[in-house]
Formats: sequence, C-alpha cells, structure tokens
Amino acid sequence: MLPKRATNAMRHLPPCGGGREGGQPRPGFPVTLFILRRLLTFAATLFVAALIIFILLDLLPGDPARFILGINASEASVAALRTQMGLDAPAHERFFGWIAGMVRGDFGISATQRVAIGGLIAERMAVTLPLTMMAMVLSMLIGLPLGIVAAMRRGKPADTGLMILAQTGIAIPNFWFGMLLTLVFAVALRWLPTGGFTPWHENPGAAFRGLILPGLALALPQASILARVMRTALVDVTGQDFIRTARAKGLTRSEAIWRHGLRNAFLPVLTILGLQFAFLIAGTIIVENVFYLPGLGRLIFTAVSERDLTLVRSATIVLVLAVTATMFITDLLYTLVDPRLRRQNA
Amino acid sequence: MNWQRLLRHPSLVIGLGAATAFALLGLISLVWTPYPIEQIVVARRFLGPDPAHWLGTDHLGRDMLSLVMSGTLTSFLVAFSALVIGVGIGVPMGLAAAAWGGAVEWLVLRISDVTFAFPSVVIAILIATLAGPGELNAILAIGIFNIPVFARVARGGALAVATQDYVAAGRLAGLGNAAIAARHLLPNIASLIIVQATIQLSLGILAEAGLSYIGLGTQAPATSLGLMLRDSQSLFLIHPWLGIVPGLTIVLIVIALNIAGDGLRDALDPRLRREGLNHGAG
Amino acid sequence: MNVTKPLALAATALLLATGAAWAQSSEVRIGVALEPPALDPTAGAAEAIDVVVYQNIFEGLTRIDQNGAVQPGLAESWEIAEDGLTYTFSLHEGITFHDGTGFDAEDVKFTFDRILAEDSVNAQKALYEPIAAVNVVDPQTVEFQLSRPDGLFLFNLGRGDAVIVAPESADNNASEPIGTGPFAFVQWDRGSRVILERYEPYWGEAPALTKATYLFISDTATLTNALLAGDVDGTNNFAPEALAVFENNPQFKVLVGSTEGETILGTNNAKEPFSDLRVRQAMAHALNRQEIIDGATYGYGVPIGSHFAPHHPYYLDLTGTYPYDPDAAKALLAEAGYPDGFSATLKLPPVAYARLSGQIIASQFAQVGIKLELISMEWAQWLEDVLGNKDFDLTIVAHVEPFDIGIYADPNYYFGYDNPDVQALNETLNATIDEGERQRIAQEVQTIIAEDAVNGYLFELAQTGVWNAKLDGMWQNAPIEGVVLRDIHWVE
Repeated sequence: MLPKRATNAMRHLPPCGGGREGGQPRPGFPVTLFILRRLLTFAATLFVAALIIFILLDLLPGDPARFILGINASEASVAALRTQMGLDAPAHERFFGWIAGMVRGDFGISATQRVAIGGLIAERMAVTLPLTMMAMVLSMLIGLPLGIVAAMRRGKPADTGLMILAQTGIAIPNFWFGMLLTLVFAVALRWLPTGGFTPWHENPGAAFRGLILPGLALALPQASILARVMRTALVDVTGQDFIRTARAKGLTRSEAIWRHGLRNAFLPVLTILGLQFAFLIAGTIIVENVFYLPGLGRLIFTAVSERDLTLVRSATIVLVLAVTATMFITDLLYTLVDPRLRRQNA
Repeated sequence: MNWQRLLRHPSLVIGLGAATAFALLGLISLVWTPYPIEQIVVARRFLGPDPAHWLGTDHLGRDMLSLVMSGTLTSFLVAFSALVIGVGIGVPMGLAAAAWGGAVEWLVLRISDVTFAFPSVVIAILIATLAGPGELNAILAIGIFNIPVFARVARGGALAVATQDYVAAGRLAGLGNAAIAARHLLPNIASLIIVQATIQLSLGILAEAGLSYIGLGTQAPATSLGLMLRDSQSLFLIHPWLGIVPGLTIVLIVIALNIAGDGLRDALDPRLRREGLNHGAG
Repeated sequence: MNVTKPLALAATALLLATGAAWAQSSEVRIGVALEPPALDPTAGAAEAIDVVVYQNIFEGLTRIDQNGAVQPGLAESWEIAEDGLTYTFSLHEGITFHDGTGFDAEDVKFTFDRILAEDSVNAQKALYEPIAAVNVVDPQTVEFQLSRPDGLFLFNLGRGDAVIVAPESADNNASEPIGTGPFAFVQWDRGSRVILERYEPYWGEAPALTKATYLFISDTATLTNALLAGDVDGTNNFAPEALAVFENNPQFKVLVGSTEGETILGTNNAKEPFSDLRVRQAMAHALNRQEIIDGATYGYGVPIGSHFAPHHPYYLDLTGTYPYDPDAAKALLAEAGYPDGFSATLKLPPVAYARLSGQIIASQFAQVGIKLELISMEWAQWLEDVLGNKDFDLTIVAHVEPFDIGIYADPNYYFGYDNPDVQALNETLNATIDEGERQRIAQEVQTIIAEDAVNGYLFELAQTGVWNAKLDGMWQNAPIEGVVLRDIHWVE
C-alpha cells in the first residue's frame, strides 16, 4: 500500500543525501516522541556501523606485532608481543569488549603507540573539530553574501561572474587549492604558517592562525555550493506572493529580499549546512595531509599503515559518530525552525 | 522531450559537448596514445611542450598528452562505475521504499543512514586496508557512497509522483507494487536521476582525484588525473607545468559536467529547480 | 630541461627580499618525514624512533660517530681479553638519567638482561645473542661474557637498540623516554612534533642547542614549503626530486652523504622461476642501473653490484658483474626455458624510491619479455607478506642495517637463499677479529652473492639533507640511523 503522506514538508528538503524525510514528525506526532525515535535510530545506526567496522578490520591482513618489531625481529619476539597485546581472544569477545569499553569511555590501548586511545582521539578532535568549524564559518562568510549579491544582481554581469566563480570553486580539488594557498600566503607573503599546529593551551592565537589556510581550502567548494543554493533559494522566493506584496507596498527588490526573502531562504541553506558539516569532517582527512595537521584523519592514516587495529576502529567510529550526530542535530534543528512543522506539532 | 528543446539551453550544449569531448579523448586512449604510457625513458624527462610531445614529458619521461588521455579515461571510468553502483542499487532501493512503504521503507532508510554515516574517504581507507589501494577500491568507495544518494533521490521523487492520479488509477487497475514502481514511478523520476547522475559523475571525478592523492586510488603503472596531480605535487616549484596540466583537466571536466547538469535540470524539468538538487552530497 | 622555474624564482626573490635572518641562536626545528610510533628504541625497529632519540635522549656504552667509527660513550674505556670473549667496560662517573636517578653498572646489566629476556621485544635481539652473561664488577665496571667472538660487538653496543635504560623508567620509555643523553624529552604532540631541551646536568660536553623540535611532515611538497617559509630549519633527508628548489638558494645548504641503505630488487630464490640461476642472471642483465638511479634518486644513489656499502673499507666494486645487456638477458631466459619471458608480481612498500624504481624496472623488464605486475602496499602488510610469509616474487627495499651481509647466511630470510658456502664463510667472519682476514672473507661473500645474482643490486641510498645555511654541525653521512644534535649550532 502506498503511504498517503503529506509531502509539503518535502518541498524544502533536498531529496538526496541525508534529507531525513522519513524521520519527519507527522501531524499530531509529539515532538518528544519524535526526538526519542530519532535518538533510537541514531544509536542503532552507530551500533551497525561499529559492527561493520569491526568485521572489516577483523579480517585485516597484517600483523601489528610484526610491524612494531620490524624487519629483522625474531618469531619469538613477535609472538611475545602478540600475546601481550591481547590479539589471541575470540572475535565476539573482542567486539563486545570494545563496545562495552567505549560506552564506559574506555577506548583501549593503542597497539603501536601504547597509550590510551581515548586521549589520542581527544587530542586529534581538538584539531579536527575546530578546523571543521573554521571551514564551516568561512564557507558561510564567503558563500552566503556572494549568493545574496548574485540574487540581487540576477542576470547582471555580477551575477554571471559570481556564478562562474562558484562553478570553478566547486571544481578545484581542495588539496590542490590548499597547496596553491600555501605558496601564496605562507611561502611568498609569509602571512600565515605553512602548516603544523600549536596546541590551543600553548598559544590560542597561533593555533587559530594555523587553521586559517586549511580552513580556506576546505571552505572553497562548500562556499561555492552555498552561494549557489542561497542564490537559487532567494530567486525562488522572489517569485512568491509575499515578495510581490512587499514590492507592491513600495519596497525595491533588494529591500524585499532583505526583509522577507532571507528568512524563507534559510531552510534550504540549513539543510545544506548540516550536510556540509559531514563532508567537511571527511574532507579534513585529505587536507590535514597537505598542512601536516595532527587531526583525526592523519591519526587514522598512520594507524592503518601501522596496522593498529584498535586505534583504526575507534578513530573511525568517532568519525562516524561525528557525521551521524550532525545529521541528528540538523534533523532536530529543522523541526524547531520550520514554522509549518511547529504548527503541526503544536 | 525532443532535441530541439534540449538545444535551446546553451549551457547544456556547452557542458555536455565539453564533457563528451573529454570522455572521447579518454576513450581514444584505449586504442591509441601518442606514446605508450608504460614506456619510461628517464633520459627524456621534464621536456617542455614541443612538436614531439605536445604537452611535454613527466618525471619518468612519459608523454604527458598520453598520460592525460589515459588518466582522463581512468577518472571517467572510476566515476562512471561508481555511478552504476549507486544507480543500480540506490534507485531500486528508493523505488521499493516508495512503492511498498512500511517496513521496506524503514529498512531502506536505515540502510541509507548507516551507509551515509561513512564518508567516502573512510570507506576507501577501510577497503584499502583490506584489499590494498587501487581503482577498484576507489570505485567501491565512491559507489557505496552514491547508493544512499540515489536511494533518497529516487524515493523522494517517487513519493511526489505517487500521489498523482495515474498512479492511483494503475493501482485500481490491480497493478502490484513492483509493477507500479517499474511502470509509473521509474519513468517519472528518470529525469531526476539523470540530473543527479551528472552531479555524482563530477563528484566522482573529484573524489577519485582526492583518493589517488592520498594514495588510496589508482596505482602506477596505470594513471589517473589525481595520480598525476599527486606525482607532480612535490615538483610543483620546479616543474609547475606537470601539475597544471592534470589540475586544469580536472577543473575543466568538473565544470563541464556541472554546467551540463544545470542545463539538463532546466531542460528536463523546470520544476526540479525548486527541489534544490544539491552538490553538497559530495 | 627546466624551461621555466617562475614560481621557484618568485619564491626565492621574496625570501631574499624579506631577508629571513632573525636570530635563532640556540633553537632548531627539524622536519622529518616519519613520526615514530613510540619513543623507545629498544622496543621497536622504526628508524623514526632513532631519528629523534639516538644519542640525543639515549646513549649506549659506545657510540657511532659520523664516519661510522666506534667511540666511547657511557663507557670511557674497555679491555678485551685475548680470546675475544670477555669485554670489561669502565663507566664514566657522575652520570644521571633525566629523572635524576644515577647511572651505574646495574643499569647496564638491567638493559641487557631486558634485551635478552624470554619476552623481550627488542627488534635486534639476535645481534646480542652472543652475550652469555653481564656481570657487575663494581658500580663503575661491568663485564660482558660472550659465547663466541663477535667482530661487530662494539659497534652493536653503539646502536639505538642497545642504549642504556633505567629499571625505574624503562616501562614508560615508549611515551616518556628517560635516558642519559645531552637532551631531555619535554613533550610529544602526537601527529605533530616532539620537543627536546638541553639537559643541563649532562655529564659530557654541553651541546650548543638549548632546544630542538622535530616536526613530522610526510608530504614532500609541504616540507618544501615549510623550509622555504622558514617554518623549519632543516631536514636530514629530503626527497631528491625536489632538491633543485634549494640547490642554488644561498639561504640553504644541501648536504649529500652516504647511508647504509643497500636498495635491492629482492628476489624469492626459493620460488620458480627465480630458483634458476640463469633467470636471475637474465634479470641482472635486464636492469639498467644508471637509469634507475637517475629516475628514482635523481642521480644521488650510488651504484652497487652486491650487498655492501660503497663507502665501507671492505667494499668491492662488483657493478660490472652483469652489465646492462637486454640481448644477453633474452638469451639467458631462452636458455632457462622462458623464450617469451614470464609474468611476476613486484610488491612495493610505501617509499618513493621503491615505487619509482618499481615503475622503471617494470618498463626495463618489459623489454626482455618479463611482465611485472606492480602491487603497492603499506609497511605492515609488506612485512607480513614478504618478510613473514615469503609470499612474493619480487620486491624493492633498502636494507638500512650497517654491515648486514650476514642475512645471506640465513636460508629462512625472505629471499630464501640457501648456500652452505656463504653460511660457512659468515660463521668464520663472525668469529674473526683480524681486520685483514675479515676484509678478505667479506669480499668473498660479496663476490659469491653478486655472481649468484641472489637479488638485483640497485644502489646505495644517499642521504640528502637540506638545512638553513646558517646551521652547522649536522652529520653529512648516516652510518647509523639518527639525527644527532650534539654538534649542531648556528653560525653568523
């Protein structure tokens, strides 16, 4: 039987990539129950993701003990280290041990680095999260005004120019753009460091400066997308009745867009932002390599090349958690912001 | 739709034309390249563009034009294969969700959730640790990533169509869910899928470049635009040309595909504009 | 060649214009490609560990100097008994570990007992197996009893694997190393850097530097930019492909020296068709060594014809054993029963010299009909596949251990070479103390393995350092793994 579903909420949701239509509260559905259901889905998603990661990594070829001891180590040394690292327990014990540990906040001990993984991940998140936020803010600071300007100058050279710029921005690989940025702003002009990261507690200013260029590299394609979405959203609302009414009341088109259009263009933009956070987090993995930032992505990379199973799976699940949590929060925000949904839920 | 209508959209003509030209350039490399790309002659490396080597030679003395041709093919091939995975699995999933609803829909959405929770780079890392890096790794990583994208596009589009009269008529005529999905829903969301496919194709080419750049994608002696970019990265200050050629090729291909996507969207269904198809999905 | 260098020129011009000559009288920032997985050199093989800690944080009884010679370290002198089986070391007085505890003979005994213990995780345990007992004579005197003479014993004591650790701190050395060296560990920002500071109560001559920061930058382009921008002061080993950026730049000096890294085309001698000498000879003839050196090391590699370092006094030039000759290669292949060549896999670890050499060798082998499939892998997988399971046809790797020709006497080693003559010679070599005799035997082994074409012998890796022109005292050669800070200082 086909669901007889009201699809008006869908009109503002992009039908692709993470728009959570399925989770939208239906008319008369209490908000708390909705949140609870989403929370449950969120937890189930994480559990399944953890299972997938574990199964994949459990099959992993390569012996971490052999890696640590290297090319000329004796079999006896390798076997001794393997036992010491607890690689002999059965798979299901190791899986549930891992999950139970994480719930307690204990991520285990890194095989190669021999320190608590929880601390390692926390250190890296102190780079990756701010970097993602930086990219997010930069993409909004760049993308939204440009989108607004383009919408206001619709059809004029400024609009065309900006949209060509946006097309190019989407098309440039971010790692390549990052390198070009470094050459200009770090090597030639020496305004900013070429990379590396000073811990926040040591010098917050230096830490911030270290994130600007990688943030820009990450932000460029996202800003371009935002500019396009913003422009389209604004162009759309300007065709709608309330703008026409406003203009009839004597406002210019720009004024009408400023006063009424922006608020209505907010929903599609919010959806994109939620999506972008997830993509930015993933994008950091590549960009961290260009700027030698000690982020979560580089941690995973190193751990993979060192066959540090416990570290790879814990770091990966944290990354997955970050993505899933963002989607979850976007969902919640969405229900709070959309006036229609609020009315329905009241 | 007819061709004349399509041709009224200049961006579609330009974008599609350029993208096709690049794809053809890649396809030609299957049967002919100016020089074989495996042929390494260190003595003739770092030549600038000249009549013998139109785009010069790289750090191993390979002909850059041959590499670009072959690299373009790999990039397209990876992005296209990933697209086939995404469409082939995602669209049936989305249609099933719309047609059956209930538990099927729930399951499809949850599978999408889980898949979506893994960014493509993470999938690529996991696969690479298992099976080693390579084109296949990139195809799978990008392909898996494409699945929820198409599942959601298909489901969203199908739900919008499902409320229409002819679907109800079909149902009254006794058609089952599968028949409804195949006969009524699929044709009506085809344009939506095609437009999204163009976008995912361009994203796939960018993603392949990123994966090859971090060493998880295409491996020598094969080449891809991303791998060429990676190889030239450390030489950029000495031989910037080696990076500019593949970099610019990527940029041009992606722009062409995106322009084609915009044009297609306008041409196929003006209403799609409002559905806000986005590039954010990559 | 080099038609345009606009960016390099522009960057250089700007560097000169800004004249980056701010005083950094006593601190140094060194960029290194690999981050160590841990900081305990006695419990891991990674070269990256020694790069940071060797002779900086930790010291051994002896130390290796920049020419590869053995110098007194924590032991100020030693006596060797006539039979070569007893070594008596006199230790320096007044030495303390960085945590303030004193150093004496008990620490030496602890260190070696730990290396030789049943559950030892020392990567080079085998090197110290000749040690039968370590006896504490008095706090300043320690005596080693060997079960057999060992010509390399004093050298091996100077390795990073045998640095002296204290029982109080040894368990934490992986993350908080405590040694007796001139520099003490301050902090490790994982994924980013390790900071060392001068240890003021150091027993020996105080180094000029007060602080050293190791920054981990794996990407060559990024390291190039960091050097150009002055974010790092130097690196001990820079990718040769981009050296041209610094070669004519007065702000920098490029130090080209030798390493102990014999780069070989590792061949599975135990497997068809490589078990056939003619096939191995054919492959040796098919290798155009100079092209590989030019392509993979930009001319900085030194050709080798056997498994021996060219700068070593025992070195014998055997590069002419099987000169580049594709026709001879084809003839030998035909003789061995492969007139149309054969297919094989080439497993490549994640290092630039291997990946580049692999591509070039594949192209060269294709000319004689040998089709190679290149398989790139991470180190851990390479170690398991190639070294552990011997599941490979061919591989490319640099053997960076000094004087490691003894691996050819181990039939269980990954290239599966089983030659009783070599095994007997190696035993004699180990038990021989006389220099002239040792040289004769070492050269005989070099010749045998070269003629047997056990592996494809490609080149000795060069060390190519790039440093700020105002820095001095860096090691030009790398006779042992490490970036020794002891003599590094700024000059005006």
